[in-house]
Amino acid sequence: MADTDSLLAEALQAITNSSDEKSLESLRVHYLGKKGSLTAQLKNLGQLPPEQRPAAGEIINVAKRSIQEAIDTRQITLASASLADKLSRESIDVTLPGRRQSAGGLHPITITIEKITSIFASAGYDVAEGPEIEDDYHNFEALNIPGHHPARAMHDTFYVSPGTVLRTHTSPVQVRVMENGTPPFRMICPGRVYRCDSDLTHTPMFHQVEGLLIDEEVSFADLKGTVEDFLHAYFEEEMPVRFRPSYFPFTEPSAEVDMGCVACNGTGCRICGQSGWLEVMGCGMVHPHVLELSNIDSGKYRGFAFGMGVERLAMLRYGVSDLRTYFENDLRFLRQFN
Amino acid sequence: MKISEKWLREWVDPDIQTQQLTELLTMAGLEVDSVAPVAHQFTNVVVGVVQSAVAHPDADKLRVCQVYDGKNTYQVVCGAANVRANLKVPFAQVGAEIIAEPGKPSLKIAATKIRGVQSNGMLCSAQELGITDASDGLLELDDAAQPGTDIRQFLQLEDKSIELDLTPNRGDCLGIMGLAREVGALTRHDVRIPEIAVVKATINDQFPIKISAPDACPRYLGRVVRGINLDAKTPEWMREKLRRCGLRSIDPIVDVTNFVLLELGHPMHAFDFAKLEGNIDVRFARPDETLTLLDGKEVKLAPETLLIADANKAVAIAGVMGGLATAVTENTTDVFLECAYFAPIAVAGKARAYGMHTDASHRYERGVDHQLQQRAMQRATELLLGIAGGAAGPVTETLGNLPAMVSIELRYRAINQLLGIEVPLADVRDILTRLGMHIAAEAANALTVAVPSYRFDITIEADLIEELARVYGYNRLPKTPGMMRQVLKARPETQLSLTRVRHHLVSLGYQEVVTYSFIDPVLSKTVNATAGQPIVLQNPISADMAVMRPSILAGLLATLKYNENRQQDRIRIFETGLVFNQTADGIRQTGQIAGLIYGRKHPNNWSNNKELVDYFDVKGDIENLLDLGGKANGYAFHPAQHPTFHPGQCAAVSSGGQTVGYVGALHPAIQRELGIDRATYLFELALDAVLKATLPKAVELSRYPEVHRDLAFVIDENFSSDQIQALIRKQTGEFLADLRIFDVYQGDAVAKNKKSIALGLTWQHPSRTLSDDEINTIISSCVNALHDKFNAELRT
Repeated sequence: MADTDSLLAEALQAITNSSDEKSLESLRVHYLGKKGSLTAQLKNLGQLPPEQRPAAGEIINVAKRSIQEAIDTRQITLASASLADKLSRESIDVTLPGRRQSAGGLHPITITIEKITSIFASAGYDVAEGPEIEDDYHNFEALNIPGHHPARAMHDTFYVSPGTVLRTHTSPVQVRVMENGTPPFRMICPGRVYRCDSDLTHTPMFHQVEGLLIDEEVSFADLKGTVEDFLHAYFEEEMPVRFRPSYFPFTEPSAEVDMGCVACNGTGCRICGQSGWLEVMGCGMVHPHVLELSNIDSGKYRGFAFGMGVERLAMLRYGVSDLRTYFENDLRFLRQFN
Repeated sequence: MKISEKWLREWVDPDIQTQQLTELLTMAGLEVDSVAPVAHQFTNVVVGVVQSAVAHPDADKLRVCQVYDGKNTYQVVCGAANVRANLKVPFAQVGAEIIAEPGKPSLKIAATKIRGVQSNGMLCSAQELGITDASDGLLELDDAAQPGTDIRQFLQLEDKSIELDLTPNRGDCLGIMGLAREVGALTRHDVRIPEIAVVKATINDQFPIKISAPDACPRYLGRVVRGINLDAKTPEWMREKLRRCGLRSIDPIVDVTNFVLLELGHPMHAFDFAKLEGNIDVRFARPDETLTLLDGKEVKLAPETLLIADANKAVAIAGVMGGLATAVTENTTDVFLECAYFAPIAVAGKARAYGMHTDASHRYERGVDHQLQQRAMQRATELLLGIAGGAAGPVTETLGNLPAMVSIELRYRAINQLLGIEVPLADVRDILTRLGMHIAAEAANALTVAVPSYRFDITIEADLIEELARVYGYNRLPKTPGMMRQVLKARPETQLSLTRVRHHLVSLGYQEVVTYSFIDPVLSKTVNATAGQPIVLQNPISADMAVMRPSILAGLLATLKYNENRQQDRIRIFETGLVFNQTADGIRQTGQIAGLIYGRKHPNNWSNNKELVDYFDVKGDIENLLDLGGKANGYAFHPAQHPTFHPGQCAAVSSGGQTVGYVGALHPAIQRELGIDRATYLFELALDAVLKATLPKAVELSRYPEVHRDLAFVIDENFSSDQIQALIRKQTGEFLADLRIFDVYQGDAVAKNKKSIALGLTWQHPSRTLSDDEINTIISSCVNALHDKFNAELRT
């Protein structure tokens, strides 16, 4: 069966020489396919004498298996070479920056209000909002600040018309909630407020968060605990907190709240004016007259209220040095908070 | 208010240092703003007598003086213009050191030669010793000064000026006496309140007083003093006290009234008696009345202004300022002293209304003790006669309606309820008594407390409890965590939180900004040309912040411009907040959300093209935003005209049939007017609409296959995609699951004024497989309808 031997030798040589999977496949078809040369030899076996057929058949089958094995081996070699080539062609510089939308961000005032709000919300406080153009009654009268009151001078009010003002604090929101509801109340009121004052430390618009709690058994001790806990939660630090008597027409007793300077840990620095203390909040027990004006029985209910400047807290927290930058909206400034 | 610590200590002198004293005041609610020494630190400066002063041989402006210090005589060269023989001045001897500011180099006095003449020391001005900020020549000391006396001792310079920032309720502390009372209570130290020194009348002159406004002026005291000598010099001790409290010495009369103001907290006024006519009348202003005030300003008096008038004219605004015509001048010899109690409500706001603020108005507005007039009048007369001589007439007192004295019941239980602590009864009594309260009655469960006439701020029980807390110490009061009943509240899913909306825009690459609610009227007009009247502030902080924003877009455009000027070329910003509009029903304040995009579609990147944003970028963002609340709400975009927007690139956004906002390109004319470089795309939506959400309702998924067909046709370019989709939906039956436009083409391959549109349609039936025949029938009806209604041709 010289034919078979030479065919096998030729096939093995061709397989070794094949350079890709496609040509390898055509070799398979050429030798082993239905019309392949080895298949043809098998078909011709019938022409041999019967006693020779098994031996000749065996030789052809061995050759077929050899070719198949050679093809399989070659196939693996070629496939892995082609994969390696594909992978090498497809490799990229993975250190190039990703393709993406730019990073947006929230304004630091919003970040601060959201943080304050979430702290109080976790203790069950509601968030209340209200109009910014207010009537004189809700902004002043209902808060125990009648027309002639010297405290009005402290407010530097913007007027839209006589009797209509831009709210000077968010307290009128609390009044509106009290008027329209029944105690107990537990709420905070964040929002824009306006005072006719503009210099290094004042902008004519700024933000406050004021809080109010009205219930049957509320004392100054609860106020102290709430305010101190809040400051510790907000600054994530247990700095000392002290209460100084002060005056607000709508609270009695009233207090200013100082906390140990977070920049110098109370040792005295530029930020705290060397005093070691930072004035951060005003607060007090709600004046009985304020409760009565909103139809709440001051014999039965008591409450406390507190208020803080959002810009100030954000300045202390994030090291912002100039109040005015909040409202210039320079994107380079704002992106620092993203 | 500024006070001298030494003066305060004349009244009450607790054994504590300045630092402790100021801390105590601050922590009691009388905030100390600053403490400053009344002079520089210095040593070896004594009283010197200039025995002679002769011209320097080599310098025109210098004098060579012989100065005696009580023991020796020294030669000193001096350049001061007022140096002369027999003058007593501060003499800094050789070896003296003057420290202007701790830590800074000091001035050391050494023997030296000035222009060749030996000089052993220096004669000092008040400025050099840090007593005043500026001075003109040497400080001239009283004749009584003994040569050689240490200047610090002679001028009592071991003193501090304490600046207090008092809250408006504590008018009673606007004087040494009131402050002393407070310190007495805080330190539990007795206060030395002198007896009233009655100055007997030596002449009979009186001037009649009529009170026509008895509620506004409950008490008016007057006294004539004749024959005073205004050339008399106010003594050193009084001038120093005034100075340390921040007041300049003027003349004996002004100095005396100012001194009483500072000492007792009671304002007084002196009229030139010769210029008063008939009688004093305390009354309200008459129509068209005017008055020229001491400062030369003529004011038109408002009818609610309380005046001091004589028979013919207004002579002062009560409690605020005197008139010029009756003012004391250098020629005055006879004065009429006024010491009155005006009700706070009669004075409050008046000074401010006339653009003034005076020491008197500051006190009257807060409340002056209505029992203090006698003492103040006697004290002023005593001091005035002592300095400027003269003879006093009797005090004339006229009364109006004095306020009733206040008495308050203080329940022990209430103290505990409000403060959360038991204050021992002995402490309660002691604190209240030292504050000048009188315990009128004591019962088993309460005290009855009579409030003194100077405590205008104490009217209810809580006020008394605050006093207890204040003196007891806020920081000694307990602290509790404020445990309240727990309430679990519903958070409606049909309402998005603003936080969620904001964070969503942030994820879309928007930067939040916060702009002022008041804007430039010109810009307001630009962004709101069709709406009603803007809301104008009566007292804006500046002309470009004068109207309340009718739209947030104004602030966004200004912010864009600001950042464009700072080389920012890709801007995506948003803001939420109220906008303000005047409507027939009044002022409308509504929450809005607005945004703006400008510049490139994508951040600058190595692989991106430099394509700029267009209308569909901003629209896509707000579709995204509106989808937050669930698509079931339904919203639509309609071509619209709005003056802020490009007329061909503006859509009104509607939800539930209501227009809830606009989206589009900034009108190119406005863009040019504002000097903005590139096309800008804006949106503004009512927050209500954005925050409205729907509760998801799950439906069972179909198990049958979807059928998909694409449909492309050429159509006149004027037909909107909304019109086309509406028509198709009519034909497609209830099982259409999805319809989307996947291609829009205009160009060479289609005729002019035509566009090619390709739609993808998907059907699915819940309970069976849809047959090709069914779908083919639907497609044919779509094609026919498009052809009939819009003359559209199927693309092949």
